Amino acid sequence: MPAPIIRIDNLRKTFGALTVLDGLSFDVAPGEKLALIGPSGSGKTTILRILMTLESISGGHIEVCGEQLYHMPKGAALVPADEAHLHRMRRHIGMVFQHFNLFPHKSVLDNITLAPMLTKGEPRAKAEARAMELLDMVGLADKARAMPAQLSGGQKQRAAIARALALQPRIMLFDEVTSALDPELVEEVLLVMKRLAAETDMTMLLVTHEMGFAHEFADRVLFFDRGQIVEQGPPDRIFTAPSEPRTQAFLRKIIAAGHRV
Amino acid sequence: MSWDWSFVVSILPDLLQGFRLTLLVTLLGAALAAVLGLGFALMRRSRHAWLARGTGFMLDAIRGTPLLVQLYFIFYVLPDIGIRLPALAAGVIGLGLHYATYAAEVYRGGIENVPRGQWEAARATNLTMRQTWVHVILPQAVPPMIPALANYLVAMFKETPLLSAITVLELMNQAKIVANTSYRYIEPMTLVGVIFLAVSLVSVVILRWLEARFGRRFRT
Repeated sequence: MPAPIIRIDNLRKTFGALTVLDGLSFDVAPGEKLALIGPSGSGKTTILRILMTLESISGGHIEVCGEQLYHMPKGAALVPADEAHLHRMRRHIGMVFQHFNLFPHKSVLDNITLAPMLTKGEPRAKAEARAMELLDMVGLADKARAMPAQLSGGQKQRAAIARALALQPRIMLFDEVTSALDPELVEEVLLVMKRLAAETDMTMLLVTHEMGFAHEFADRVLFFDRGQIVEQGPPDRIFTAPSEPRTQAFLRKIIAAGHRV
Repeated sequence: MSWDWSFVVSILPDLLQGFRLTLLVTLLGAALAAVLGLGFALMRRSRHAWLARGTGFMLDAIRGTPLLVQLYFIFYVLPDIGIRLPALAAGVIGLGLHYATYAAEVYRGGIENVPRGQWEAARATNLTMRQTWVHVILPQAVPPMIPALANYLVAMFKETPLLSAITVLELMNQAKIVANTSYRYIEPMTLVGVIFLAVSLVSVVILRWLEARFGRRFRT
């Protein structure tokens, strides 16, 4: 087995008096597609936000692509990472948000080319050529000049996926990317993600309430509750024969709410 | 008392000279307010709680006292501690400082109105802090500020007669001098009113246009 691309070790995260993650540890193999499921408030999204360095950590260590994410070596010791280190580490990671967070003042094309031009110094022509390839892949080639406000939710999310891909990260984080969409728009986004999972060797972490999609998409499913991994395994086992009562209860509730598994 | 057109013609040059000074102090005051306001807004957002809170207190103090009192302070009280300013400079500083507190509020509101998700998307696409401000935050924060800032510019313009109290020879002061020497008030005061009204009416049209152009952009 190759060395993990993400190694989370005894991670702690508190918000004031609230402890969200308390000594969490797990590894992710390169290319692995991981689905994080569990009731809301169980800490799944916090894990993604921490990996994207949108939150600070309260304790523990995270290794990404063989390097510490929140620490850097200083002599023999590890000290908290500075902004330059975080900036360097973020190259490895991309994220797609529940609410898209497209830049509303820029066209779809400019949304995608902005970061490659600014952070990698790519010339406009090259950045645009690649952006058009990505737009083609997500089925939005004809919307390159549109403004985000002119797109449907599903189109916005596909544009946001293209934006994240343009930086060619090794790890992609998907944070409830279909939760804000009207039901009839969910499928087009999932389709893009399925193709992405099939065609690339990117490592993907997915937080979702779409159990059917998690089942199809993931190599491994982690079930979280109260900041702990209650149960993990291949989707076939987790979704058809979960061994933990809490997992069973959660899946029963989800099915009762009308989601298919 | 009847309206005397020949008197109007004879005092017009003096009044127009005053009007030029009125425009000048408005523009200088506005420039000062724009820059100082930005400084205040950034200080209020400071990570150092004492600086943020101290600035907030100072802004409330300036906003909570009349401009006229501040002008007297700058022009008549500061010399007691050795700071002697020409009337024009004192007037520009007074106006600029006073309106900087309002500009700071507009800046702060504009910046805070940019959703948190925009900061997060900028970070997720690995932009630096500077790139985030220049390419993501300010282009969204500034346009909605423009109508509010223009509004304060007009308000400030209409407050410039207060500067006559500290001997600045702007429009109102020129009119008072004319009136006091000729014992005729109707023509000079009417002209002052008409000139301010003319500028204000034009400003309203421009403001409406700015409002339509920038007021509600990018809302999705």
